[in-house]
Amino acid sequence: MTLQIFLQQLVNGASLGSMYALIAIGYTMVYGVLRLINFAHGDIMMVGAFLTYFALEASMPFELSVLVGIAGAIIIGILTDKIAYKPLRSAPKISLLITAIGISFFLENLFTVLFGSTPKPFHAPEYLTKIFQIHGIYLPISVIIIPIVTVAILAGVLWILFKTKQGIAIRALAFDIETVKLMGVNADKIIMIVFAMGSALAALGGVFYAISYPSIDPLMGIIVGLKAFAAAVLGGIGSVTGAVLGGFILGFTEIFVVAMFPDLGGYKDAFAFFFLILVLLFKPTGLMGQDLERGRF
Amino acid sequence: MLKVNKLNVKYGVISAVRDISLEVKKGDIVTLIGANGAGKTSTLNAIVNVVKKSGYVEFDGVDISKKATHEIIQKGLSLVPEGRKIFINLTVDENLKMGAFNNIENFEKLRTHVYDKFPRLKQKINQMGGTLSGGEQQMLAIGRALMGNPKMLMLDEPSLGLAPKIIGEVFEIITELKKDMPILLIEQNAFAALKISDYGYVLENGSITLEDKAQNLLGNDEVRAKYLGG
Repeated sequence: MTLQIFLQQLVNGASLGSMYALIAIGYTMVYGVLRLINFAHGDIMMVGAFLTYFALEASMPFELSVLVGIAGAIIIGILTDKIAYKPLRSAPKISLLITAIGISFFLENLFTVLFGSTPKPFHAPEYLTKIFQIHGIYLPISVIIIPIVTVAILAGVLWILFKTKQGIAIRALAFDIETVKLMGVNADKIIMIVFAMGSALAALGGVFYAISYPSIDPLMGIIVGLKAFAAAVLGGIGSVTGAVLGGFILGFTEIFVVAMFPDLGGYKDAFAFFFLILVLLFKPTGLMGQDLERGRF
Repeated sequence: MLKVNKLNVKYGVISAVRDISLEVKKGDIVTLIGANGAGKTSTLNAIVNVVKKSGYVEFDGVDISKKATHEIIQKGLSLVPEGRKIFINLTVDENLKMGAFNNIENFEKLRTHVYDKFPRLKQKINQMGGTLSGGEQQMLAIGRALMGNPKMLMLDEPSLGLAPKIIGEVFEIITELKKDMPILLIEQNAFAALKISDYGYVLENGSITLEDKAQNLLGNDEVRAKYLGG
């Protein structure tokens, strides 16, 4: 592998990893406050991508379309919490998990029925898809922009978690919901903020996916969602920085496996999970994770 | 200040609290004493609706029987829970910030007040809550409740698991707090609690079997035999 190709793949890996990282943050934050693996989270990403697509089709400018996608995903995310999860706050966690799987199937099938299962081409604006070249490396602008945006967003999320009272409440919720209520805090409102943040990031991840591939379909959230979940577990579920780290590791692994062993390309999805198993065997709490009853975030 | 009428708590088919009625007047410390499992913690948790209950609760002239926990706290009735429940993954300062969630604009002022009361916390401002000693955690738990600027305080077993010397300190703090707000106290350490209290209730199997001025309870033979070690 030449240096050019190596660098090219490095950037590609960072771009793919960013997408996983953005979606993984939502998994990890919801898990932190509700102890719920929100299996519908990958589908929220799909919803975000679809709404962006429809806004684009309605000839809205790209930036505005992304905002439409994010806003729509936030609404759907909050609604799933209000309608499906909130009534189950004191129910056994397994009921929540099954409900999440139900919501996932519901969203996938709803979008299939409404818009069909054929993949739709996603037209990103030219300034993102334009290919540029330095020293023999060929890259679309988007793969440079995506990781930069992701890192900036991570900084923003950490700022919220550590510097705002709502963020501190989110971290406190990870410890104990009843005690948070005893502080005079409306815990449901804080949980709503978590779903809003997670859904917004997932929608953005969905848009990045749509730019890179560049098509969308109602089932696009399944495998990406599972891999982002693997990234969250790899990084240590409950830890936001861990989720981002896990996302990038998974992105790099996938890209480099395909680049170095093209014959194994068909197994690239399996590699992500093989890597996950390997890490969990030696560090069951994930890379940045701590014992669940201790600190998080 | 606080009136409780015919409070009942059931866990499944088991009655933990049966028809409890009690009152806390302005300026008083009132103590609930009773053995393990008598229903003391359930009573406090029911007052702030952390557990399901039936019955009537009035605080500061307002019916709070059906209010959500956070709304009751916002009205100024604060509970320092059993086992302190410090946010171990937050710093001391962040714990206080949580306590001041609805008063964040007065955070600095409230914090100065708490650090004046608990100078030991001030040295640990950036330490994680989980690294504090038991006594420090209790002080942080009380300080955190004070950050909400409450009108009344309920304390659930503040002396639990603390060294005797620290227990004395905690009771001194509670006596001092009495100047600012009425207090409803639950204690295993019945003797120490009754000594600083104005009024007391004795709880047995979820019902109140005896109530009187704290002084009289201290002199009561039955109470002495059961809770004060003869």
